[in-house]
Amino acid sequence: MSLIAADHVCVRFGSDEVLHDISLRVDPGEIVTILGPNGSGKSTLLRALLGIVPVAEGRILREAGLRVGYVPQKLTIDRTMPITVRRFLSLPTRVSDAAAAEALARVGMAGQGGEQMTTLSGGQQQRVLLARALLGKPQLLMLDEPTSGLDQPGEAAFYRLIEEVRTQTGAAVLMVSHDLHVVMAASDRVICLNGHICCEGTPRVVSTAPEYRALFGLGTQGALALYRHEHDHDHKDGHPHHHHHDHDHA
Amino acid sequence: MLDDFLVRAGLAAVGLSLATGPLGSFVIWRRMAYFGDATAHAAVLGVALALATDLPIGLGTLTVALAMAVTVAGLSARGWAMDTTLGVLAHSALAFGLVAVSFFPTVRTDLSSYLFGDILAVSRLELALVWLGALAVLALLAWRWQALLTATLSEDLAHAAGLRPNRERLILVIALALVVAVALKIVGALLIAAMLIIPAAAARSFARTPEAMAALAIAVGAVSGLGGLGLSLWQDTPTGPSIIVVAAGLFALTSLRHRA
Repeated sequence: MSLIAADHVCVRFGSDEVLHDISLRVDPGEIVTILGPNGSGKSTLLRALLGIVPVAEGRILREAGLRVGYVPQKLTIDRTMPITVRRFLSLPTRVSDAAAAEALARVGMAGQGGEQMTTLSGGQQQRVLLARALLGKPQLLMLDEPTSGLDQPGEAAFYRLIEEVRTQTGAAVLMVSHDLHVVMAASDRVICLNGHICCEGTPRVVSTAPEYRALFGLGTQGALALYRHEHDHDHKDGHPHHHHHDHDHA
Repeated sequence: MLDDFLVRAGLAAVGLSLATGPLGSFVIWRRMAYFGDATAHAAVLGVALALATDLPIGLGTLTVALAMAVTVAGLSARGWAMDTTLGVLAHSALAFGLVAVSFFPTVRTDLSSYLFGDILAVSRLELALVWLGALAVLALLAWRWQALLTATLSEDLAHAAGLRPNRERLILVIALALVVAVALKIVGALLIAAMLIIPAAAARSFARTPEAMAALAIAVGAVSGLGGLGLSLWQDTPTGPSIIVVAAGLFALTSLRHRA
């Protein structure tokens, strides 16, 4: 059964219908990306699935006792709040030093537990947020534009980390993004959103769907193809890649 | 020993700082300074209502402070422009309170004790109430500590962890009303917010964790209380303001270190 599912969900802010008739599900172990331009309701969808935003119609179905790890888009910690990385990892559930050290090591932040959260770079902060999410041993990781503050190499490294985590822990991943190239290659399934679900499928299917191309414009195809070339060299782990495919489109 | 008014005053100041240290830290982290002001100023209105109805002053201030705090929290949750709203509410509550109190001629002469506190006149019963109230606030905060911190850092993270940020906010609001009721006698309505903010702000630059900041704020508050008492005796100055003067001095010292 699915870990989490939306069943004909509508979300309204006042009279604005932000999300219309959304149905989706995430199965154990898969990486699903919600893709859409700014203002398409992607973050709202994630927040509705998490129960932060109430749904006006439809239902959110969660597997009983589902453990969710949430990584928000950005964490703005007030500078008046002194808090170390180690202390942050123990919120809201206290974790042992050993578990905290292991989580930090997994995200490439070994030995940095004593640093103040407010002095970390954007990329480091995202890694700490991921480490904190992993400490809850999640069956489902939900990430809201986790790389919005990162540069291109940082972004690619972060998605590699997500794939590693999926491989090591078997957690399913549901993430939101507006950037096409990196996400496409790292996902099993892509859902294209613009207030409603425009199209859905494997990255290969979605990238050729007319709805997707209309949403993002034709120019993106070149960037996508370019990225896939680069990405193939990073990953020789047997993921299906398909450069032949993208060059067909002008 | 409790027969000595100075001992009682000293113990009252220390007791109060047990509550204002941790709560003041939250007031700073969540930028609720003006919110604290509004709640504290409403206490004067509470004094007037208590006198009119022959209820204990503490009960009157607690009720009105709680009503004010819940109102303001409700308005802010509905997205009102907070500085304007709080400005209107805080000063209106103070003005209404002062006008209402003036209807009681016996109190009029004594008004300054509600505005600036009268720690040297703390009775045994009042001392017991100060400690009871302060320990209640401390226990409330300790009980919800992890959830409060999470909700303060990020409401979304708290939601995702199954917590309810609105409930945590309400807990702070209740704690604030309790502290106002307790602190009225000690530093007075006008300076309660200062007692919340200044010790916690002084503690900030020395702390690496939220817990350390709260504990240091308690220490700074206690030192300010005892120091202010001393200053007041030595120079014959009003005690409540003297406590805040010492706290401000400590803050100035710590901010020098912060800059260095």
